Formats: sequence, structure tokens, C-alpha cells
Amino acid sequence: MICDLCKDGEAVIQLTEIEGSGVRQLHLCEKCAAERGVETTLTAAKPQINNFLQTIHEQMPAAKGEPAQCSFCQATLADFRATGRLGCAHCYDTFESSLRDLLRRVHGNSRHIGRRYVAPLPTELPHVSSATELRDRLKRAIDAEQFELAADIRDKLRGIE
Amino acid sequence: MLDLSLLPDGGASWLDASGEHADIVISTRIRLARNLEGYAFTPRARDGERLRILTQVREAFASLRSIEDGVLVRVDELAPEDRLLLHERHLVSKELAGLNDQPVRTGAAVYLSRGVGIMVNEEDHLRLQALHSGFHVADAFGVIERLDAELGNKVPYAFHNEFGYLTACPTNVGTGLRASVLIHLPGLVLTKEIGKVLAGLQQVGLTYRGMYGEGSEVVGNFFQISNQTTLGRSEGELLDYLVRVVRHVIEREEEARRVLLRDAGYIIEDKLWRAFGTLRYARSLSFEEAMNYLSGVRLAVGLKLISGLSVYTLNKLLIFSQLAHLGHTEGRALTESEANVARARYVRDTLAAEAE
Repeated sequence: MICDLCKDGEAVIQLTEIEGSGVRQLHLCEKCAAERGVETTLTAAKPQINNFLQTIHEQMPAAKGEPAQCSFCQATLADFRATGRLGCAHCYDTFESSLRDLLRRVHGNSRHIGRRYVAPLPTELPHVSSATELRDRLKRAIDAEQFELAADIRDKLRGIE
Repeated sequence: MLDLSLLPDGGASWLDASGEHADIVISTRIRLARNLEGYAFTPRARDGERLRILTQVREAFASLRSIEDGVLVRVDELAPEDRLLLHERHLVSKELAGLNDQPVRTGAAVYLSRGVGIMVNEEDHLRLQALHSGFHVADAFGVIERLDAELGNKVPYAFHNEFGYLTACPTNVGTGLRASVLIHLPGLVLTKEIGKVLAGLQQVGLTYRGMYGEGSEVVGNFFQISNQTTLGRSEGELLDYLVRVVRHVIEREEEARRVLLRDAGYIIEDKLWRAFGTLRYARSLSFEEAMNYLSGVRLAVGLKLISGLSVYTLNKLLIFSQLAHLGHTEGRALTESEANVARARYVRDTLAAEAE
């Protein structure tokens, strides 16, 4: 099939455009598609959510220089590959560059442009004991056999208590 | 046994068939995924952490102004049939109800009010959802937006400058928004146009599922259409886009129905009246059978072939003819064959009452 726009290149992309209530279908070559802002490689590689686990299995090597483990929840990239779920909010910082690539593949973008959140000031929040939080981290560190980290946390905990 | 009458609207206001295009679009659901700072995400959290999350949000819920008369249900303390009941009524997800491969989690709860709910300790700490009758995307989002703003002032959400609202699964990160429309498309199925329409959805960044969300099968020609991406577009853009595409799908469905009547009038009419006849007189009905015949009758009502039957009644039949609902009415758990008999009786009685 020939490209609907340049009538020259071979059409490789079928683009469905919605304008008002009308819909039109365009068959585009790679060049015309790129000019209209359709990323052809991205479209081709974009996985269905159902295939998400498979995608992270096949296409998510650890980025260079990234820590092996999240310091807050002790989750590793291997844990993520196995479950498709990150361990905690800090994992997004720990595995930032690997995740950035993955998000581009899954969402076609890695930057949030929706509503921005401003957290309430700590003084506006009900008090949550940081000792409790440290005790959770201690348990997780012991479970993960991270004894050095566990000792650090234990010292901090002693300081508070 | 769980007493649903304690919920502000019995948890069923979304069935009232009041919205736009109510005969084609059953309901609109919008959910936001949110997590609290300072804890591991739910799947990795310990029982103690999840219980503390529950305590923390429970205090916050009590002072919410955007939800009135909310009721907190400890899902982890319910019997399996009651958890199924909440799921059948679309008030909790399969995962929260412990109906997937995983057992119900300690600390799993849901805070319910009229048309709004907050699941606690689902895959994310909080899943805020609004469920409205018909095609009401803007209204449903308005409700959930106010609730989100208020709650985010009472508990600190995990938010990342680049990635937005952080979620356990990266497929939800960014806005954390999933908007879905439960839509009945028998015309497109009968004219065999549905394949093209569904393939088209996936090309434009939307996805479809069965009536009960992820992993559920399509029965009775009911589809859930929702956005697939959550990152890189604003909430408004995601919703506008979904609305435009769903409008287009509704037009295609209406067109398919006109074609059916024009080209195969008496065949369709016969098929739909037979469906009605079966529902009106059968003595045993499996769930799939009931859904398929109800789909036919719903189409007949939409085409004005059958009159005197309200869309509200049809919506109620969809939900109340499910296993846990039938058991709830009978006051005991039912085996499958008992449920088939109870289902046929419930459908018969409801249709007879409507005909009077």
C-alpha cells in the first residue's frame, strides 16, 4: 500500500485520527508518520498492558551505576521483574534510569504532565512515629539478610528510643 | 452476613439508569491510584504496616467533607461470600476481595458512600473510585477530584517530580487515573463489526476488558473501555480522549442497530423475543445464559421492540442474578445448580412484576 500523504513511500503505519465526531484512517509511510509526530518505532514496540510482565522480563536490563537494592524496602530489580510491582516509592529513585526507559515503552512518555501534588506540611499531619517506621525497615533488612543495614537502623532506633 | 442496607445507597445508585445514553452505557467508573509516603507499597508491606495505613487513613476519612455518611467495611474480616457480594456489586476489585490467586490481605478495607468508594490496601494503598450511572465522565471525575484534593491534604501522597503519582505497578504511574465505561454493544457483535472497533481502540491508546475488569471475559456483549496509558497526558486530556472515542463507538453501535433492523428485521425480532420468552419462563438459567438473554432483551428495549420494561430493571437483573447476590437473597450459600434455579426464579418474578 502507498502512503496517503506523499503517494510515494510504502505505508507502514495505519493512523486513526479523531476530529470532532468524525474519524479518518490514514496509511502513512515511515517518513510522513514521523513528520506528523507518530513515533513509528515506538508504536511498533509498544506493549499491551497484558504483555507488561513479558516486556520487563525481556527488555529491562539494570542500568549502569544503579544500586542493586532499594535502601528503603530492600527490593531488587529481580523482584520487580518477577512480580511486575515495585516495592515502594523509593524504588522509583533507586531504579530511575531503568524505569525511565520502561515507562517510555509502556506509556510513550516518562514525564508526568498532569496535576502536581503539594504535600501538606508535616505540622499539618497527624503524628506518625518514626520509630515505628524504623522498626519496619529493621525487620525488612533482617528478612533480606542485610545485616549491616540492620545494624545501622538499630542504632538509629536506639537513638530515638 | 453483610448488611448492604447499611450502605448509604445500598451500594447500587450506579444502576439507576439515569445518565446519558443509559441503554447503551451502563456505568462510568473513574479511579485514582494513590500511595502514602513512608510505607512499602501494599504487596511488599507487612501486615503491621498495612494495619497502620488503615488506622492513618481511617482518621482522615472521618473528617472528610466531600464524603458524607461513609461506611468503612473491613474486607479482611468478611466471609468469602460477602467479599464476592461486594465484588459483584462493583464496589471492590477482585484483588481487594481476595478472589484472585492471593488470599485477602490483612488490612484490606473499603470506605463506601453514595457513588464513591476508597479501597484501602489494594495493590496501591488507596484506590479512590467514583461509579456513576450512564455516560457521565465529567461528573464522576468532579467527585473524585474533590475527594482526592481533600484527602491529599490529610495524608501525604507519594509523588515524584518527573513520574507523578507513584504506584506499585508502573502501568498506573503519573496521573494514576483509569476511566472506564461499561458499554453494551450487541449491534456491533451481531453485524460482526466489533473486531474492527476493538482493534481500533487499541490503536488509539485505549483498551477493553470484560465486565469485571482485568482478566475477565466478555459476556453478554458488555465491554469495559478504558484508557491504557496514565503518564505523559493530563487528566483532562485522557478523559476528553476517552469521551470522544466512546461517543464514536456509541454512534457505530446505533448505526449497526439501524442496519440490523433494516436488513434483518424479522430475524432479529424473532431472536430477541425468544430471549425474552426464555427469561420469562425458564426454570433454570446459568449465569452465561442469563447474561446473553438479558443482552438480547436489552437490545430489544433499545430498539423499542419490547416496551414497558425499564433499563433500571435490566441493570438490576444483571447484578442481582449473580451467585453471591442470589445467595444473599436466599440467606445461605448456594451450589451452582441451586443458583441456576434461584436465578431463573428471580428473573421470572422480576419480569412478571414489571409486566403488571
